[in-house]
Amino acid sequence: MFSRDRWQEIFQTISKNKLRTFLSGFTVALGIFIFTVLYGMGNGLKNSFNEFFMGDATNTFSIYPGRTSEPYKGFKSGRTIEFRNDDIEDIKKDFAFYLDEITPVISFSATAKYKGESNSYTINAVAPPYQDMQKTILMKGRYINVKDLEKRSKNIVIGRLVELDLFGKSENALGKFLDVGGIIYRVVGVFQDDDGDNEERIIYMPYTTRQMLDQGTDKIGQITLTYNTNIGYAGAMAFDLSLQKYLKSKHNIAPDDQNAIYLRNMADIVQRNMMFANILQLVVVFVGIGTLIAGVIGISNIMVFVVKERTKELGVRKALGATPASVIGLVLQESIFITTIAGYGGLVLGVGVLSAMGDRFKEDYFISNPGVGLGIVITATLVLVFFGVLAGYVPAKKAANVKPIVALRDE
Amino acid sequence: MIEIKDLHKSYRMGANSLHVLKGLNLSIKEGELVAIMGSSGSGKSTLLNILGMLDEADSGDYILDGVPIKNLNETKAAKYRNKFLGFIFQSFNLINYKTAIENVALPLYYQRVNRNERQEKSMRYLEKVGLKNWAHHLPSELSGGQKQRVAIARAMAAEPKVLLADELTGALDSKTSYEIMDLVQQINDEGKTILIVTHEPDIAQMCKRIIHLKDGVIVEDSLVEQVRAASYVQ
Ligand SMILES: Nc1ncnc2c1ncn2[C@@H]1O[C@H](COP(=O)(O)OP(=O)(O)OP(=O)(O)O)[C@@H](O)[C@H]1O
Ligand SMILES: [Mg+2]
Repeated sequence: MFSRDRWQEIFQTISKNKLRTFLSGFTVALGIFIFTVLYGMGNGLKNSFNEFFMGDATNTFSIYPGRTSEPYKGFKSGRTIEFRNDDIEDIKKDFAFYLDEITPVISFSATAKYKGESNSYTINAVAPPYQDMQKTILMKGRYINVKDLEKRSKNIVIGRLVELDLFGKSENALGKFLDVGGIIYRVVGVFQDDDGDNEERIIYMPYTTRQMLDQGTDKIGQITLTYNTNIGYAGAMAFDLSLQKYLKSKHNIAPDDQNAIYLRNMADIVQRNMMFANILQLVVVFVGIGTLIAGVIGISNIMVFVVKERTKELGVRKALGATPASVIGLVLQESIFITTIAGYGGLVLGVGVLSAMGDRFKEDYFISNPGVGLGIVITATLVLVFFGVLAGYVPAKKAANVKPIVALRDE
Repeated sequence: MIEIKDLHKSYRMGANSLHVLKGLNLSIKEGELVAIMGSSGSGKSTLLNILGMLDEADSGDYILDGVPIKNLNETKAAKYRNKFLGFIFQSFNLINYKTAIENVALPLYYQRVNRNERQEKSMRYLEKVGLKNWAHHLPSELSGGQKQRVAIARAMAAEPKVLLADELTGALDSKTSYEIMDLVQQINDEGKTILIVTHEPDIAQMCKRIIHLKDGVIVEDSLVEQVRAASYVQ
């Protein structure tokens, strides 16, 4: 099998029969190349997907007030719903079993000024638990704390890009005073966020401060909460339902009114999108297997053709004393050699294309960092080699056992 | 050297069966140069292919150099072919992508002769058939007579006990045919047993014995006064 003579014989047949070599090599290389690229792009889609949804805590509900769409208990339709501080207190009290953390989020935009620089930013007035919910990472200083809430202090935490915009590269924002919407605040922290630029152009402040400055109101914009993960997906769905029911009854909203309150349940969204991602993966696997099958059929046809083309040559070899085993070995060793090399070539090319792609298609096609596990492509190559060998073995064995006189007979 | 007794061979074609060899008896001694003649379809090639183990008889005995040839599997048959027999075909059957010397070396490769010896031996036999300067040419660059010489060198290189040639001059003009026959006679002079199928009487006359086949039986078997091919070649 590994004698030098045998290899020399094989290299000679390979180099003297270029079309045959090219056909079988090309089929395998193309098959592996397409498989690698498709599979890699599928993985890229999944990467984008994970990046997208894994940024924030997934055990989160965000509850937004809206406007009623039907009359109920003497109230007219079209009434604006507003959440107040006591809604937070009530939820804390009545859903203690489910609840982990809860915070109001009062969102507005304002112009922030520092020395000559000014820009408009989103301001979120929140309570301390909001940091964990957003997975906000502090680069320096601290987040809004409980003392800020109690004292209604004018402390703010700004995003990395806010600091860059207003303070430039060299100046440190920490401890500096910033004019936001005409009121002076002190910067107590700077944060970063993986979820993109918009997330780093936000300013956080204590919600109590905001309420005090807004004529002492106790209105809150939206409520964001996290639930205890021990309750599981089913528990979360149950919590979702009973919380909506509770708030509707408290605010005199018809039970079937879909517009008055909107609850965004991350668990549900993630669950649904995970399903989508899994289907995507399934499609990718399916297409990959399809490509492989096409490749297998291609290489099988070529091997049948190759053996047929060589019938006479194999007959001559047998007349000169080649045993059936050596005839089979000759055909198979050649095909293994070609398909392995070609498969490797297709693999390298495919991986090359994937890495050239990189994040280039992230914006338009949501393919980020496409790549393939080495195991999976090697398996794919081996599958093709195996079937190429199998496809060659059957006709080679047949040719090897034919009486030489049959192979040599002139047409 | 060759001993056959009551040899039968039929070809089946669908429901029909064509009885080609109908009980042949033949004995050929070492060093003979035998021509097998007969009209087309009389079974000459069939007989030669059975003697060459390229095909099998239906019944009867065949003993080659004291070894009974019967019920051989392909691996065994391949070994015997390699060791005992050299073939020369009408259509040469050279491997088209191998040069003359590589073609000649092929049976030696299957005899597991090492590379250097293969090379040296092949060159020696090519020289013998007068093609030393053509050793590195492909068959497509050679004339019919040259191809047949390569085929003869290939058959000889394995140093078989018996050379079998089926219409080896069939594709050649008469001048070239005589040159080839001259070569065959020289090889025979060295003591090699040779069987030639032909339907050209002048070629047959250059052998030492002529066997006539007709309808699957031997109708005539006679020794002849050998005509030396060299007298036609200058
Ligand atoms: N493989 C085969 N299948 C069926 N019939 C065959 C086969 N080979 C030969 N025959 C038939 O057997 C008979 C003898 O064939 P064979 O080739 O031995 O004749 P031959 O004497 O060599 O003739 P030629 O001088 O034309 O070469 C012929 O009638 C031929 O048609
Ligand atoms: Mg014939």
